[in-house]
Amino acid sequence: MSILVFSEDRELAYQLLAKASELAEKMSKEVYCLASETPEDYIKQGADKVLQAELGDFALESYRAALLKAVEASDAELILMGATKRGKELAPRIAAALNAGCMTECNKVDYIDGEVVIERLTYGGSTIAKETSTSKPTIITAASRSFDKLEPQDKTGEIIKLEFEASEPKVKVLETREKPKGTQDLENADIIVSAGRGFKAKEDLAILEELAEALGGAAIGCTRPISADLGWMDDWVGISGKKVKPSLYMTCGVSGQIQHVAGIRDSKIIVSINNDEGAGIHGVSDYSLVGDIYEVLPALIKALKEKA
Amino acid sequence: MRQLVLLKDIPDLKEITIDRETRHPKTEGIKTKISDLDKRALEAAIQAKGKVGGEVIVLSMGDDKTKTALLEALAMGADGAYIINETGVKGIDTNATSRVLEAAIREIGEYDVIISGEMTLDSLSSQIGPRLAELLDHPQVTYVKEYELSEGSVKAVRDLDNFEEIVETPLPAIVTVVREINEPRIPSLMNIMKAKRKPQTIWSLADLGLSLEEVQAMSYVKIKDVTAPEMTRKQVKIEADTIEEAASKLAAAIKEEGVI
Repeated sequence: MSILVFSEDRELAYQLLAKASELAEKMSKEVYCLASETPEDYIKQGADKVLQAELGDFALESYRAALLKAVEASDAELILMGATKRGKELAPRIAAALNAGCMTECNKVDYIDGEVVIERLTYGGSTIAKETSTSKPTIITAASRSFDKLEPQDKTGEIIKLEFEASEPKVKVLETREKPKGTQDLENADIIVSAGRGFKAKEDLAILEELAEALGGAAIGCTRPISADLGWMDDWVGISGKKVKPSLYMTCGVSGQIQHVAGIRDSKIIVSINNDEGAGIHGVSDYSLVGDIYEVLPALIKALKEKA
Repeated sequence: MRQLVLLKDIPDLKEITIDRETRHPKTEGIKTKISDLDKRALEAAIQAKGKVGGEVIVLSMGDDKTKTALLEALAMGADGAYIINETGVKGIDTNATSRVLEAAIREIGEYDVIISGEMTLDSLSSQIGPRLAELLDHPQVTYVKEYELSEGSVKAVRDLDNFEEIVETPLPAIVTVVREINEPRIPSLMNIMKAKRKPQTIWSLADLGLSLEEVQAMSYVKIKDVTAPEMTRKQVKIEADTIEEAASKLAAAIKEEGVI
């Protein structure tokens, strides 16, 4: 029996390997990883054995087939997968094929009293559920930045070639369109500044770029109304949008709806700037400043630059 | 064309209160309503029916409350409803749920598309669509923000992490939708009245050839506890006589935290 790790996102796979290594030690198991290129890097990040398969570009059928082969080859009792959108459509497929329990987007995974216990958000993000699963294998998915990757280790391991056969993709991809840059990588951002309805016009959002620069580089996010209702930006932060885990999350004119707050719960430091003293966001932040963003932000940019 | 919409009625999230002592959510006795993304899947199906014709049928697993919650779906324009009514299935995991739905879908038999929300807002698990695709061996098209049904195929725009994908799939297929797909209609009073006369088929597990014991035996994930922890934050108020001073204090505080 072993723990198997897979994510098509290499950084995320490394983060999962760190968690798998920790669990493996407590459970006295080996850590396997399914990967395609530079398998030795996965060993440095914690894998004991790498199942190397020629995965190619993502296709559900081939990734599914490779994973099922990997589960068999590793005799995995626990499968940790990355909760990217690709991972989230793949994990339940594997689970159904294996008649297995699957727990998605887990924020915490621990081994307590002989069972793996996870924590994940439920009820629109307002509650945290502690869950466990009795099936072998059990599948767990976790989003980027849920765990910290290890420092590369001086460690040896085994690389095993994995062959698999996949059926032809049933769904035909006619076209792919890149999303505009800038808003793309919120999940991996270390600093995020975020816009809420306190902004009165789309042009006014430009100041967030100055703020991002003054902070030494930051991703720019927003609340659902700014994106979905007004269309001023692409991706919003929240339970139905991007769930983020930055070191610093700075909200500007954000009121603090539960769905938004649930998506930023794992931020290290939350700053709220809002002119409404009663805004919910002030109640869930580390540093709150009651003031008009149109006055505070220019002053803050100036102050940050002076202190740099 | 026959579109089968999977709907789940869930406690109205706005009505859920948190017990101050135990921090447990109180979900008992709260009115249920159709999960928001499922409702958007239904709206997409109804709009597609407007263009290509055919039928929109809804399927749901639940209890006595589900029948009432599903009246909204019939009022919106669904032509009929199937409900698996079994109180004992409450709390079963996605593995068991998908197996029950699979049995019901096989019983319904005739359909071109199975469509639902990408996740339900109570469990946030995003599993049922892909699991059914596996069990029924259908192509799956998840995270759909634009949905176009035609004879024999679905064309869709998928919202993925860093890009969008335009895809085409043969039928029958499984489609799951995201919030941006549409704004669901609000049914008129007339349609609400008419909804009560539309056919609703109520099944027990036995009607689907399943027993409660075997369904429970396929349910592996156990919920140990659900709490609404308070966010433990520093709660430092930055106050000063002038905006400049306050901004300067905030900048200093962020620096002090070592996060920039």
